[in-house]
Amino acid sequence: MSTEEESAVKEPLDLIRLSLDERIYVKLRSDRELRGKLHAYDQHLNMILGDVEEIVTTVEIDDETYEEIVRTTRRTIPFLFVRGDGVILVSPPLRTA
Amino acid sequence: MDLVGREVTVELKNDLAIRGTLHSVDQYLNIKLENTRVVDQDKYPHMLSVRNCFIRGSVVRYVQLPSRRGGH
Repeated sequence: MSTEEESAVKEPLDLIRLSLDERIYVKLRSDRELRGKLHAYDQHLNMILGDVEEIVTTVEIDDETYEEIVRTTRRTIPFLFVRGDGVILVSPPLRTA
Repeated sequence: MDLVGREVTVELKNDLAIRGTLHSVDQYLNIKLENTRVVDQDKYPHMLSVRNCFIRGSVVRYVQLPSRRGGH
């Protein structure tokens, strides 16, 4: 009973394993973010997320004033496969959420 | 738990979203869809007459899956 090798955190993917069935935050390419429950993942960082909120951030530049207008677009998707090549980072959700 | 035969929506990296019946998937996660319709047909009229398609896995951003309750 002294060994807990099954849950040992040996490599970076093990840190993601600790978040299985928990809500996580995922930063993707193209200024997208996801928050959802992690159901599954693999070594490519392909993921299955449940009850997902996607946030897309766009910056418009006003033609006259040149000010930057930051907009966010949100949507929810009940059950989503995410291809790993778009993933930048995975984390427990940020406290401001 | 096989998703073949279920309705899915594949969102591509170029923002095109295609809804259809999942026919098959391969080791590269290439996807074949049947009875396809583009989600925003007015914005993306390119594939109005396409009903079956093969999607290269590398161009997929998301696949919206039916939730456990059986459909979406």
